[in-house]
Amino acid sequence: MFIQLVVSGLLLGCIYSLISMGLSLIWGVMGIVNFAHGAFVMLAMYAAYYGDQLLRIDPLLFTPVAILLLFFLGVLVYQIIIQYVVDGPYVSRLLATFGLGFFLINMAQFLWSPNFRTIKESMVHGVWKIGSVMIELPKLASSLGSILVAALVFLFIRKTRTGQAIQAISADKMGAALMGINLKRIAAFSFGLGIACAGAAGSLLATFYYIFPDVASLFGLIALVAVALGGFGSVEGAFLGALILGLVETLGGYYVDPNWKYALMFLIYLGIVLIRPQGLLGRGKV
Amino acid sequence: MLEIVNLKAGYRGVPALQGVTLEVHKGEIVGIIGSNGAGKSTLIRAISGLIKPTEGTITFKGIRIDTLPSHEIVRLGIIQVPEGRHLFGKQTVEENLKLGAYLIKDEKKIKDHLEHVYSIFPILKERKKQRAETLSGGQQQMLAIGRGLMSNPELLIVDECSLGVAPIVVEEIFRILKTINAQGTTIMLVEQKVHEALELAHRAYVLQTGRVVMHGTGEELLKSELVQKAYLGI
Ligand SMILES: Nc1ncnc2c1ncn2[C@@H]1O[C@H](COP(=O)(O)OP(=O)(O)O)[C@@H](O)[C@H]1O
Ligand SMILES: [Mg+2]
Repeated sequence: MFIQLVVSGLLLGCIYSLISMGLSLIWGVMGIVNFAHGAFVMLAMYAAYYGDQLLRIDPLLFTPVAILLLFFLGVLVYQIIIQYVVDGPYVSRLLATFGLGFFLINMAQFLWSPNFRTIKESMVHGVWKIGSVMIELPKLASSLGSILVAALVFLFIRKTRTGQAIQAISADKMGAALMGINLKRIAAFSFGLGIACAGAAGSLLATFYYIFPDVASLFGLIALVAVALGGFGSVEGAFLGALILGLVETLGGYYVDPNWKYALMFLIYLGIVLIRPQGLLGRGKV
Repeated sequence: MLEIVNLKAGYRGVPALQGVTLEVHKGEIVGIIGSNGAGKSTLIRAISGLIKPTEGTITFKGIRIDTLPSHEIVRLGIIQVPEGRHLFGKQTVEENLKLGAYLIKDEKKIKDHLEHVYSIFPILKERKKQRAETLSGGQQQMLAIGRGLMSNPELLIVDECSLGVAPIVVEEIFRILKTINAQGTTIMLVEQKVHEALELAHRAYVLQTGRVVMHGTGEELLKSELVQKAYLGI
């Protein structure tokens, strides 16, 4: 049973990782904690849902579309909201994304009702049995998809000119400006990229997860805790933090009590933050 | 090449520059000297567009730049090597250098500039795979200057490059700045090390509490009573 739980936890953790990576990226570049992050995951889930219902495109295949849609939505949100609060006081930055998340969740409740929906059956379905361990294939497919997207984003940040600029801004804004980097343009792009990560995760989650407006709060909180756990500003840290949370969710849900699994996640978070406030990997490389 | 007229700037309403007028001609090394808090860094932050002046104008090659964002000013050929270096610590030496050529699209040009910088600072070539933060103070300063040279600027502004650097390395850096200038780059040298700066500079301006109180050739200033009393302790 233990191995089963670890496997399930890691699969879940991979998807959380992708969401958290986006949050960490945005924080690194513009110092904004995107409290609306989970809402973008939720929007992508609905997009994937309607892609499946109306266009008969499987959520797995819809993922590239979700990435593009959410990227442009992210850039748009940067242009109409974020750029005006980025240099403002902490409270206005907090309220802007918090308010946006609140708005999007309520909009979703209004448009699509608070009810749960699910995709009938994704193209990848069934269970894979290895010994006593059962691997649900939809979850496996989503996790692999998440790892793929996360790896691509990681390579992009490390290897491309724009990625180098993103790292430079995260490290030293003034230094970056003095090299001729257009801070606003790269920030807009980074916000789009961060939201696209949330979008990819949302579409991948839609294959097996319940789709409902308040799922936004859940994923938003998980990403926030994962990033704080791993260390703000460290993408590797966010990744690690998310994997840990996936494990805590499945192991805690089984050994403690399913109703307590989220409380447990936050308890561990509090513990780590009290002992190591900079997170597990501190302020590492983006 | 660079003309500044009656420049005023400050921080949250507190003035730091109270009407500075100066000019830099092509090919010169112009020193900006003054003690801590005189407004030297504020002056060049305004030139680089990091802060917006409240009054006055800055013109570069006939173009008003005081209203432009920083990246446009870099594009016009002004590069600042800031006080405190502002390197990208987690990125490698070579990545830092390549970011210095951020606005250049031509890969061949970037490679040429990289080789040029490596020929000026061979130590950077040896350390090119290392993270910038692992370098010593002097090497970091060399990296900051090298990064500034990567775009082949017309005007290179160097702010307090002697800060936190061993005296012998400062000498070497000053010698290199002289060579860079001889190769055609105009230099603005901001320094608290007044003696060394005035020996290197063709002309210099003395800044006190946000005002130019004196200017002249390096030699003239070295001999002047004001400079000798206030900065050289003679
Ligand atoms: N970021 C800042 N915020 C507020 N005041 C500043 C800032 N930077 C400099 N100052 C003030 O502006 C004045 C000029 O500082 P600065 O230009 O840094 O002088 P210098 O470079 O000659 O040492 C000083 O009184 C300093 O305290
Ligand atoms: Mg200064």
